[in-house]
Amino acid sequence: MSELAFIDVAMRAARPRAVGALLRYFRDLDLAEEAFQEACLSALKNWPKNGPPRDPAAWLIFVGRNAALDVVRRRKRQTDLPDEEAISDLDNAESALVDQLDEADYRDDILRLLFVCCHPELPAVQQIALALRIVCGLSVKQIARAFLVTEAAMEQRITRAKARIAASDAQYEIPGAPERSQRLAAVASVIYLMFNEGYAATGGEAQVREALCDEGVRLARLLLRLFPGEPELMGLLALMLLQHARSPARLRADGSIVLLEDQDRSLWKREPIAEGLSLLDKAMRHRARGPYQVQAAIAALHARAGHASETDWTQIELLYRALEQLAPSPVVSLNRAVAVEKVSGPEVALALIEPLAEPLSSYFYFHGMRGALLQRVGRVAEARAAFDRAIGLANTAAEAAHIRMQLDKLQAASAPAAAPRAEATATTK
Amino acid sequence: MLYAILCYDSEDVVTSWTKEEDAAVMEKLDVVQQKLTREGKLGPVARLMPTTTAMTLRKGKEPVVLDGPFAETKEQLLGFFIVDCQSFEEALDAAKELGRASSSMGAYEVRPLMVWKPGGVQS
Repeated sequence: MSELAFIDVAMRAARPRAVGALLRYFRDLDLAEEAFQEACLSALKNWPKNGPPRDPAAWLIFVGRNAALDVVRRRKRQTDLPDEEAISDLDNAESALVDQLDEADYRDDILRLLFVCCHPELPAVQQIALALRIVCGLSVKQIARAFLVTEAAMEQRITRAKARIAASDAQYEIPGAPERSQRLAAVASVIYLMFNEGYAATGGEAQVREALCDEGVRLARLLLRLFPGEPELMGLLALMLLQHARSPARLRADGSIVLLEDQDRSLWKREPIAEGLSLLDKAMRHRARGPYQVQAAIAALHARAGHASETDWTQIELLYRALEQLAPSPVVSLNRAVAVEKVSGPEVALALIEPLAEPLSSYFYFHGMRGALLQRVGRVAEARAAFDRAIGLANTAAEAAHIRMQLDKLQAASAPAAAPRAEATATTK
Repeated sequence: MLYAILCYDSEDVVTSWTKEEDAAVMEKLDVVQQKLTREGKLGPVARLMPTTTAMTLRKGKEPVVLDGPFAETKEQLLGFFIVDCQSFEEALDAAKELGRASSSMGAYEVRPLMVWKPGGVQS
């Protein structure tokens, strides 16, 4: 690795800690960010000359704080820039800070930083964008690409989000235990949303959006290092690793989706699977079930099946049942129906999803799945109607293409010879 | 004489490497490992999973199991075992048994391996 690449990685790695501490000092996101940028510029000048410091985060915090204090002073008094020597006593930067900052400070700093970005008043996209910009340090351009919008539009969203945070009363005190666990839960859900934004991508978008998955994993690792005894954080990280491991098998060369049961499992990445399984194993020892652990356990059963036909659907069905109780939602019930179909057949599954028709009336997957079930029980006309409905609701070209493929199959099956039987079944219903 | 070479580094930094950067580092290390193997000097090589997968067993009459890696600076790394187990539970049981057999205080960190090359050195 070249020296510059090394400095870049070191600054990226130190970023959450450094910006978190600067936010604690200045209680202003913009100023904290500006201070960090200034410190990075100094680092680029100093580190190649003197070698990187032993604790890059402490160095960046110290230098950033001085730089920002200077900005504050300038804004207040409109005085001239002081001499560089006077503000950056770089030699003592580390020793001065090492004593003051311990793991506990870092922990609450980073959690606060994440929590401020995940402010509940912000829409999800803004929460994710802000976390990517401020905590992960992605450029506005990179984030705009990941969200498939123009750079100007993303810039505007981020500015708006920051303004909203500045206007709200963000919490800067050290949080108490119940508050800390609330913050953790809020931050965990935004991290999972971030991951899913990337994971749901298909086609040519998949590659640029993969950054969202990587950053989600990185943030979950960071959080778990700070809170090593939280089983739900272990579950969250395990879930993301187990899902992300499938990425090399999820899309065909043309960008279309390969269903889980049709994926070439030899392409799944083994390292994240091993890590995910270890984390889940560790989490289960706490005997404190939570939605992420249950979802990770489901992903683990898929990961453990060498072939789709070896999948333990009975166990998966039970886990979805548990998830329905922990975090009830029509989407969870729909997923349970997938497992029910494997265990008890399409008729039972169809009966299970009928009550979901209303809450999921505009949900692509509901109509896609209903179409597939109807097709399996021979209700062809209804299946076709369901697939048509799904196409209308597809979010991506790949989703639409997948349903079109189903319709083609339906067409082929109900071609002249097969038609009478299919029609007969449909009308007897 | 056999020597252990133990790797220490900033996990923040190492987990911030891109896949390509990580692969490049591993490739360079591999060149050296191949040379050492040719010279008959290389024993087992292991890369551990991130510390987020670690658990720590505090030895004692009632051993205490904690999440997270070993974090004390007052105790030093004195040795290690590699065990082949089906689960954390089994590995922790092995650690507990070892703990009962040694009279000292101290702790065992139990962490899964990410890479394992058994090597061919015999003492």
